Amino acid sequence: MREATAGARGGAAAGETASEARFDVEAVREDFPILHRAVHDRRLIYLDSAATSQKPLAVIEAMDRYYRMHNANVHRGAHRLSEEATTLYERARAHVARFIGAAEPAEVVFTRGTTEAINLVANAWGGANLRAGDAILVTEMEHHANLVPWQMLAERVGAEIRAIPIDDDGRLELGALDRLLDRRVKLLAFTQVSNVLGTHNPVAELVAAARAVGALTLLDAAQSVPHMPVDAAALGVDFLVFSAHKMCGPTGIGALWGRRALLEAMPPWQGGGEMIGRVTIQRSTWAGLPQKFEAGTPAIAEAVGLAAAIDYLHGIGMPAIQAHERRLTRYAIERLSELPGLRIHGPLEDRGGALAFSMEGIHPHDLSTILDRQGVAIRAGHHCAMPLHERLGLPASARASFYLYNTESEVDALSRALLQSREIFGLA
Amino acid sequence: MFDLDDLYQEIILDHNKHPRNFGHLAGATHRAEGYNPLCGDQVKVELRVEDGMVTGAAFEGQGCAISQASASVMTEALTGQSLAEAERIFGRMIALLTGEAEDPGDLLAELGSAAAFAGVRDYPSRVKCASLAWHAMHQALAEGPIEGRTDDPAGGPAGTPAAESGA
Repeated sequence: MREATAGARGGAAAGETASEARFDVEAVREDFPILHRAVHDRRLIYLDSAATSQKPLAVIEAMDRYYRMHNANVHRGAHRLSEEATTLYERARAHVARFIGAAEPAEVVFTRGTTEAINLVANAWGGANLRAGDAILVTEMEHHANLVPWQMLAERVGAEIRAIPIDDDGRLELGALDRLLDRRVKLLAFTQVSNVLGTHNPVAELVAAARAVGALTLLDAAQSVPHMPVDAAALGVDFLVFSAHKMCGPTGIGALWGRRALLEAMPPWQGGGEMIGRVTIQRSTWAGLPQKFEAGTPAIAEAVGLAAAIDYLHGIGMPAIQAHERRLTRYAIERLSELPGLRIHGPLEDRGGALAFSMEGIHPHDLSTILDRQGVAIRAGHHCAMPLHERLGLPASARASFYLYNTESEVDALSRALLQSREIFGLA
Repeated sequence: MFDLDDLYQEIILDHNKHPRNFGHLAGATHRAEGYNPLCGDQVKVELRVEDGMVTGAAFEGQGCAISQASASVMTEALTGQSLAEAERIFGRMIALLTGEAEDPGDLLAELGSAAAFAGVRDYPSRVKCASLAWHAMHQALAEGPIEGRTDDPAGGPAGTPAAESGA
């Protein structure tokens, strides 16, 4: 509805070098009210953006304005507010389509998030296309959201789950594709960027390999769309899913992008209002795309918030954000590598800003509690990737994850807090 | 850092580093496992009960300092107690951890080393860590002797080891 407010801070149209030079992290931080609060009397140092990002004022205000001025149900009334709400909601869809390189807004289905988007494909596409004896190929590094829905589907239809293994550095062993990828595989579902190890997976290679055996591809872009330019058409995948809340937007909304022909051939997965054509007591016909997959009143204010988040990120420029995170992640790897007893999991180069690590002699949960008392928020546990931790031989790990508002001085604070935890545990 | 010292008391760090009664318990009569899927903490508790008395307790597991130290302290606190007393200590300990104790002073005196965990109540996300082994112990006693569960000649479902019942 509104021009981006952050245009002054980075040129979306500018090349990477130019936008990198103009990226001003202190100005970005001013946009996030929560970064000014204290935790345990310390300045908040939020290093858990891979779990969920913080929200800029532009997003908070867009949702506030929607409820104050435009709130009504969509696609229903002929009254003014309903028309405004519908316009805002469909504009948000167009925003998403442009942001991820979709051919048209109708290919974008709003969901509750990445998890629901994958469940939608598993139910609607999987239910119609997967048969006993077929296989779904995933990777060992998948988030549970890109594993459990396929297990449930496989169980239902008698299909098989296969997984591409990873090496000790947390990269996919592509050599195993010869053995794993055959005509029985109908779908290759994989993450673009690991939520634990930060690994960037080779999308083009995987897509080519899948196509060679006639398999479709689903890209879990939950950890990539917030952090780097992502173009669904250029990547060549068939489905792409992500969540708003990891990209400065609100919780409760995300999107499934799929090729029109695929979406059209898929049956609906939830029934109700909004998704129908004509309803009689005995049977119904379905609405066209994308409404066919959006039963019930959607998350309208959240869609408006997502559109504002896209405006905000676009105003700064995804290349600039990616460059900032790269610098910061490199710096964090340098600083953390200096610490005694600290081991970083995953690749050290060509990676995203999710950095999992272990400190010898201190369990990740104890680390998390100690760091929290210093105002440093990190994640501890298996990060919804139990099979990955099993593969790495870790019961749990600690994870710091960075976003556009994090700074080198915050990494320094993380490093200091980690040293302090060693003192508390008598390891100094 | 003062408040962290309340949580990571010397006695807790010591039990974490040098867990007591860690491993398999010879002649164990009761057994249960505790598992927290949120954080991956796991603990297997074994007890030997003879004539209504806990004559031995041991644990195995992996997890954070709080969960492991709590299990270690528990094995010491229970050994030599009657079953009724063990259950009473369990109730007192949970009350202490959840901050529901009416008179914590009284409780602290009663619980000995276990009272070192009083600081946990100020860390809501860690209460489950501290209570994991205690709940497993409580479950082991509630389920009754292993023999009655696994070697049931009347024919319970075969091949269901008792140790997995709490997982």
